[in-house]
Amino acid sequence: MIELDGVSKEFDGKRVLDGVTGRVDDGEIFAVIGPSGAGKSTLLRLIGLLDTPTAGTIRINGIDIHASKEQSLRIRRTIGMVFQKPAVFNTTVAENIAIGLRFRGVERETIMKKVRGALDMVGLAGYEERRARTLSGGEMQRVALARAMVIEPEILLMDEPTANLDPVSVEKIEELVIRINRELGTTILFSTHDMYQGQRLAHRIAVLMNGRFAQVGTPREVFTLPATRDLARFVGIENILEGVVMGREDGGIASIDVGSTRVRARSSFGPGERVALCIRPEDMQIAPAERGVGNPGRNTLQGTIISIVPRGPFSRVTVDCGFMLSSILSWKKVDDLELQEGSLVVVSFAPESVHVVSAGES
Amino acid sequence: MYEIIEGFIEAIRLIVTLNPNVMAIAARSIIISLTATIIASLISLPLGAAINFGNFRGRKGLINLIQTLYSLPTVIVGLLIFLLISRAGPLGFLRLLFTPTAMIIAQTVLIIPIMTGLTISALSGVDPVIRDTLTSLGATRFQFLINIMKEARFAILAAVAVGFGRAISEVGAAILVGGNIAASSFMSSTRVLTTAISLETSMGNIPQSIALGIVLLIIALGVNLVISTLQQGRNP
Repeated sequence: MIELDGVSKEFDGKRVLDGVTGRVDDGEIFAVIGPSGAGKSTLLRLIGLLDTPTAGTIRINGIDIHASKEQSLRIRRTIGMVFQKPAVFNTTVAENIAIGLRFRGVERETIMKKVRGALDMVGLAGYEERRARTLSGGEMQRVALARAMVIEPEILLMDEPTANLDPVSVEKIEELVIRINRELGTTILFSTHDMYQGQRLAHRIAVLMNGRFAQVGTPREVFTLPATRDLARFVGIENILEGVVMGREDGGIASIDVGSTRVRARSSFGPGERVALCIRPEDMQIAPAERGVGNPGRNTLQGTIISIVPRGPFSRVTVDCGFMLSSILSWKKVDDLELQEGSLVVVSFAPESVHVVSAGES
Repeated sequence: MYEIIEGFIEAIRLIVTLNPNVMAIAARSIIISLTATIIASLISLPLGAAINFGNFRGRKGLINLIQTLYSLPTVIVGLLIFLLISRAGPLGFLRLLFTPTAMIIAQTVLIIPIMTGLTISALSGVDPVIRDTLTSLGATRFQFLINIMKEARFAILAAVAVGFGRAISEVGAAILVGGNIAASSFMSSTRVLTTAISLETSMGNIPQSIALGIVLLIIALGVNLVISTLQQGRNP
């Protein structure tokens, strides 16, 4: 188990990490997501004993890993690490993978056997004698993964391991991460700025913002129930409205004044409290104004489409209702509803689709 | 003009027929400079590594000083070693003046700064991710240094080749501490390519000078080829 207790790190007076506290359980895939420059790499380097924290402690299985230099090599040898930039030594693939075993004085025959096994695991069997630097970026990263795994670490740290790779290579690395965790039970801690990767791979996600974990939870919790307005924005909730709770109805529904109109939302905040309303674009429905209002229980707002922007197989439709609201619709749906810029429409969403957070928490 | 052409023809003849005098001087030059390069490597490589990976006060100043010493005039080195090993000098009792050993010492001192500086450049040029990878794989300090050296091997070998090139082509220190003596035995003579060229030219023995000059150029070309081959090897 990795425990982070108030971990801080400063570089030349600039505080990158500011009291990170959390826990990674044995056998868990734990993702650290956050915007670029949030300190994800710094945190992993501290756990991997490549750097020392300015304050706070990091414990692995109860032992403060930075407490004494004498034990740091022993602890480091229980941790494997893969870096963002695929980096290999200027030698053969087999020599690259063998190096950690050589450091540990493992016998030659055992090394060869383990190297073959590791190459097999990462799908590079037969690559032993190839020059590592002639491989593609994705292959190099798989060599790096094999090199880290062949030493059979208890913990595998991966610092944005797929950031520089093509989609096919990303998929292969992701499959390997899941396999390593399932088959070997290795605790995996990885950082990524790709929140969907975090969602795909991790059992739990921590969002690193402003130098600390802003939220830790399952992917579902983090993506559907972000704890703050900034987190909501980071996890891709495009519609964030600010308002004041006016009153409460039965069933935990509150009426919230967002300026020009009132929105009904499920909320535990009391009257007078300033809140932010987070509404996912996919939870919002759009219909032409002439087709009338939908379900009376839903929030219904009239507005004008100001833009329709393609996004993959979907279109992002932005409606001016006095404030901007965006919805995601398929191309076919946009065509069927004859939506175009300037169209008068009705936007509707259920009170349960609104996630309410305190406006002051950002 | 005729004299120069005739000199060239005679020089080629001396080389092609493996003139014993020319070959002995060339062999002595290579032995002395190679020995100096090996000794300088044994000092410069660990020193360069210690400075590059060391975390001490004045490190940047020291690197600047080393880089300044790249252009250390050879006669200054010669003078310094002369003062140390001359009869009246502190190491005069060793009776090294005008011996090949004195020339080896002078050339070693001359090339240590450039080899140390280039070793530092070679090591600092290793990708930081490679350094982090070695540490994360559980390398001890010694294993780390050996493997970083391995990774920078082409640049380090190029540094060694540059050191050898500077040693074999210098003349100031060789004349001052070697004396350009043509003794009866091979290893007590201190006549090397550069000092011999200087002497033969002043004596008007142009063909011999040109022959020795061509041999020196061939060695310099060989060193250059080694350097460029090694530098190509850095990027397979």
